[in-house]
Amino acid sequence: MHKSIESLIRDAEESGRSLPQVVLDRESSETGVPPEQIRARIAQTLQIMRRAIDEGLEGKVRSASGMTGGRAKKLWDGGPRILGNRVTATLARAISTLEVNAAMGLIVAAPTAGAAGVLPAILISVDEFAEGGMGEERLVDAMLVAGGVGGVVAQRASLAGAEGGCQAETGTAAAMGAAAVTWLHGGSHEQISTAIALCLQGMLGLICDPIGGLVEIPCIYRNASAAMQAIAASEMALAGLDFPVSADEVIDVMGEVGRRMPSAYRETAMGGLAATPSAKRLVQIRPTTRPSGASR
Amino acid sequence: MVSLFDILGPTMVGPSSSHTAGACRLGLIARAIAGVTPRRVRIQLHGSFAATGEGHGTHRAIVGGLIGLAPDDLRLREAYDEARAAGLEWEFEDVELGEDAHPNTAIFHVEVGDEQLVVRGASLGGGRVEVSEIDGFPVALTGAYPTLVLLAHDEPGTIACVATIMAGHHVNLATMRVDRTGRHQDALMTIEADEPVNDAALGAIRSFPWLRWARSVPKIS
Repeated sequence: MHKSIESLIRDAEESGRSLPQVVLDRESSETGVPPEQIRARIAQTLQIMRRAIDEGLEGKVRSASGMTGGRAKKLWDGGPRILGNRVTATLARAISTLEVNAAMGLIVAAPTAGAAGVLPAILISVDEFAEGGMGEERLVDAMLVAGGVGGVVAQRASLAGAEGGCQAETGTAAAMGAAAVTWLHGGSHEQISTAIALCLQGMLGLICDPIGGLVEIPCIYRNASAAMQAIAASEMALAGLDFPVSADEVIDVMGEVGRRMPSAYRETAMGGLAATPSAKRLVQIRPTTRPSGASR
Repeated sequence: MVSLFDILGPTMVGPSSSHTAGACRLGLIARAIAGVTPRRVRIQLHGSFAATGEGHGTHRAIVGGLIGLAPDDLRLREAYDEARAAGLEWEFEDVELGEDAHPNTAIFHVEVGDEQLVVRGASLGGGRVEVSEIDGFPVALTGAYPTLVLLAHDEPGTIACVATIMAGHHVNLATMRVDRTGRHQDALMTIEADEPVNDAALGAIRSFPWLRWARSVPKIS
């Protein structure tokens, strides 16, 4: 995969290919898998994303800890729609996938399980609210753009909360989503690059401090706000707003912030929200099961 | 190398790529090394696996892997029931392996037939895993390639013999690693290949008197 946003865009401009085509060709040449098979697998991936969203919105999923489940439906049903249905729907969809994840449901870790709600919420909402829909092939293209961005972050910074905090997980997912949405809305290469930078700069420093060490609270809410961050960045970039620091530089800064982040804030449950009295009380009352067994 | 589906995936049963999907893969590899569904397994968990495994479904995922359930198989939720039905007995134990051990380490003590097998591995993040030890021999099994693992009495010509058989069955070798306990004692060979190691190749290798055991470990999705 490409190691910089700059080289990804340069490849597209020099060869006259679209961004998704550049990502697809590179993946095919590196893995030996034919392009049409890659596209088909992405289409399946989208289906799994859709199913997870639908499952969570039914409101029946509950995690083993009992900490999450049912909030996506509560928001969908009872949200006052302050900024209209689109915002509420996107937030609910992001929470939905994470609730399914916490309940041992089937999700797509894009790029991680802890950030699995962001990209599907963005893509499915943008598809739904586009007149006539975006069409499956364009959504597959958008996933390729998102994947290309994630690949750059994986190689320049990190995708793991244990290494770089939540900015590495939901931050990356949001940057991937911002690029995908900007592409879907006909943004130029410069606008796509700006959307990535604008999105990620707003996620810098976000720590990973899950209560009880579980991918539940605050993860479900952070996925929702990351989805909003992505849409906001895309909106501003598409209007031509600029950012003086390049996407690759912002990604590098994210990596640097992650490396300097104290370990208490890197998925250890030793600091941040996880270390508060409220969080500790919640963990104490968590039901436990003895996981051993024997056949008779 | 990062691949597109490391970013847009894996597709998996939640909630954690390291503690659920990775744990399941470790179980799958331990099962593959055993060759069949084990009769009885004792699993030692260290570090974060021990501390937060319960809420991450780590125990279920490992048990599921041991009976052949993949990371995206929803039956992982009911892995205990599935495992009882499959005749597996299991037991978990929390252990402290020290600072040097990877925080997500699992050690499998596998009973299969009259044999005992010890497999040690860790979940590295993002669902990637590495098995680092089989019966005390250092290995580096990731499940990224179809792999042949064999224990042979260390005598001249065994490596050439294995390579010739693989070539004869059109299996292209990617990497090969040999570790031995001492001169003319036992040698463990770990051979990663581009193609699955077929039964014919495995049968041919098993026919040699110097061979103690051989297992074909498939690529883990």
